[in-house]
Amino acid sequence: MFKYLLPVILFFVLCVFLFIGLYKDPSEVPSPLIGKSVPEFSLPMLQDSSVQFSNKSFLGKVSILNVWATWCFACKQEHPALLELAKRNVAPIYGLNYKDDAAKAKLYLRDFGNPFKANAFDETGRVAIDWGVYGAPETFVIDQKGIIRYKHIGPLTLDDLNNKIQPLIQQLNNET
Amino acid sequence: MIPEIGHFALIIALCLALVQTVVPILGAQTNTSQWIAVAKPAARGQFLFLVISYICLTYSFIKNDFSVLYVANNANTALPLQYKISAVWGAHEGSLLLWVLMLGIWTFAVTIFSRSLPNNMVARVIGVMGFVSAGFILFMLLTSNPFERIFPIPLEGKDLNPLLQDPGLVIHPPMLYMGYVGFSVAFAFAIAALLGGKLDSAWARWSRPWATFAWVFLTIGIALGSWWAYHELGWGGWWFWDPVENASFMPWLVGTALIHSLAVTEKRSSFKNWTVLLAILAFSLSLLGTFLVRSGVLVSVHAFATDPARGVYILMFLAIVIGGSLLLYALRAPKIKSIGQFDLVSRETALLLNNVLLLVAMFTILVGTLYPLFLDALNAGKISVGAPYFNAVFVPLMLPLVFLIGVGPFLRWKKATLGETLKKLAKIIVLGLIIGFALPYIVAGKAPILVVLGISLGGWSICTALYYLFKNVFRNDAKLSSFQRFKKIPRATYGMVVAHIGIGIFVFGVTFVSAFQEEKEVPMRIGEKIEMAGYEFGFNGVKTLQGPNYLSKQASVSVFKNNKLVATLLPEKRTYLVQQSPMTEAGIDTGFLRDVYVALGEQIDNEAWGMRLYYKPFIQWIWMGAVFMALGGLLAALDRRYRLKLKREKVAVKPIKNKQAIPATS
Repeated sequence: MFKYLLPVILFFVLCVFLFIGLYKDPSEVPSPLIGKSVPEFSLPMLQDSSVQFSNKSFLGKVSILNVWATWCFACKQEHPALLELAKRNVAPIYGLNYKDDAAKAKLYLRDFGNPFKANAFDETGRVAIDWGVYGAPETFVIDQKGIIRYKHIGPLTLDDLNNKIQPLIQQLNNET
Repeated sequence: MIPEIGHFALIIALCLALVQTVVPILGAQTNTSQWIAVAKPAARGQFLFLVISYICLTYSFIKNDFSVLYVANNANTALPLQYKISAVWGAHEGSLLLWVLMLGIWTFAVTIFSRSLPNNMVARVIGVMGFVSAGFILFMLLTSNPFERIFPIPLEGKDLNPLLQDPGLVIHPPMLYMGYVGFSVAFAFAIAALLGGKLDSAWARWSRPWATFAWVFLTIGIALGSWWAYHELGWGGWWFWDPVENASFMPWLVGTALIHSLAVTEKRSSFKNWTVLLAILAFSLSLLGTFLVRSGVLVSVHAFATDPARGVYILMFLAIVIGGSLLLYALRAPKIKSIGQFDLVSRETALLLNNVLLLVAMFTILVGTLYPLFLDALNAGKISVGAPYFNAVFVPLMLPLVFLIGVGPFLRWKKATLGETLKKLAKIIVLGLIIGFALPYIVAGKAPILVVLGISLGGWSICTALYYLFKNVFRNDAKLSSFQRFKKIPRATYGMVVAHIGIGIFVFGVTFVSAFQEEKEVPMRIGEKIEMAGYEFGFNGVKTLQGPNYLSKQASVSVFKNNKLVATLLPEKRTYLVQQSPMTEAGIDTGFLRDVYVALGEQIDNEAWGMRLYYKPFIQWIWMGAVFMALGGLLAALDRRYRLKLKREKVAVKPIKNKQAIPATS
């Protein structure tokens, strides 16, 4: 009898998961890093590998870190939103180029526009692990003291910019 | 006025759907013939009102009636007429209306082509389909009414999502839905058989053409979607393992298993429980796909409006339909005996293996698609699963499957000898390997081991299919001449041969394009020439064009080979005026052996533009393969014996308790 009941049991287990899933927003991720300092790291810059980019770059002003790669389809989707954010010039956007090919990444930025003030090149993805990156694209908002205040998973849209990212940056700027 | 008629027609359709569910099923359980007789008229009536409702919505679109919220959100006066008609299914509410209309078409078809079936069987089938229909119409009326009015009436509509303004997308959703919804017929047959407690090979023979037709539509629908992504997204890819793509691919895999398993149940009376379960599963996955797309539980490139209330409704409906059918299965299946015995080496085993591989493939995709959701629900974190996972698990499962495609048809039912079969096929194995080594050398001048593997299997699949046909025509032992035998081969056999050749063509396409494609993302100055894959791309300039509802920058790129002009491609970057969204239209020179593909990127300065150049060998073979598969399915579904045997059954089926296996004919 059990073997005939198995499909229906499996199905109801699936239903429970689907039900819980309905009340979760797949694009919002609670990160254990929120409220903590950015992890310590130092990586070569994408555009000039002789220069290092480290966690010290985040100090002194509100900034944004975007994790991206040329192989990531959703990153291509959010690219216009990043360009828009850069145009508004509210906070510097840094990039963490994740498990990518440096030559391809440089061409990509040249062809489609470069919203980034600087890019750290994380060829192995080692630093991304410290940042708790699940998959590209992800976007972090970091305050003046280098503390992570917000994390967005999945492609950014103009709505996200207007309703979440930009108000948060303004609020953080007002804190000091 | 017209939208109200549409809304009202929808309500009447709901009432008729409920009648169509309750009365015939009760009639069949209690053997009340007057109640059974309600099935067909109720189903036809429901269909009529669905058509009226659908026409009303289309009319509102054509007449730019922006007092209807759905029209105002998805159309515009400048939208060309063909897109106004297709805009009906451009968003959530209308695509649901299309969904139930398709279900109406299938039910209507059942009422017409079921004259020869036992009446209480037909009553149950129509009743089950009525229940599904009622669930969806109620869903529309409660949460997603396409006829809702707004006030004040906007002067202009918000326009159709520019992504959907493409000929490929005009036909892709109807085809896909015909496939999704088509599995409801096989599903209804399975439920009817479980309700009636009679599951025999006649049942399998009735379900088979329906399942195959649905599979044909689904094949075409998926192929069109992939073709559209290739043309419209501008990244040169043809499959992204996106959750919504997966949602359509899973029923396809199970549907493929189902049409093969139905063959065993029809011819050998085996696998009965298994076949019923597959029929339930194929339609369940279609419903699950609808849920995944409509509820927003997953992140996808296909972003539709999401609303938890809708998700909860669909989930409840899923729980009732799928949970109910699986429960019914659990109660009835233990009593169903499969009588056909078979040896370890036999065609049955080969088909079972085929089923297992297809189901495992489906589960890996299901797990990959839902894994992020599982982890999230357990508060274990968020992840996204991408193409690397799917390619790593899916491809190895398909390799033995393609090998089986070649062996299966040559194995005898019940008992076969592996040695003898392989000896018969030794020539073909060698031929496949020769093709596998030779073709890549001819195409690209090199033959990496994985390419050899892929092409050998593709060649194997094509050659064995042709060899099977050849063997059937030129047999030594029969009395007929080759030509007579050629004419006598049933359409179903041609169908199998054509579909298996399609798999081979598809495998060729996938292997070559993934191994030998080349791409360049480069800035190009006007007048500059760039070489890639033996072609020279010359950038002639960019001009501005005005479309009906968009502005466009159109580049002109001349493609030369050996200094001879091959094609002048005109990739575009469009800005749709109402939604202000940019769209790429790739410039593609399609060829039998290769595509040359150019997509226009961003403008860098006055003289230079970002440009993506692709060389895609054999990419058209991917869709050509799909066309062959669909054609094969069509031939199989149109086999004469379904009609002939149905006629004979008119007299025979009722008195005989058909427990005996039908002897294998092909």
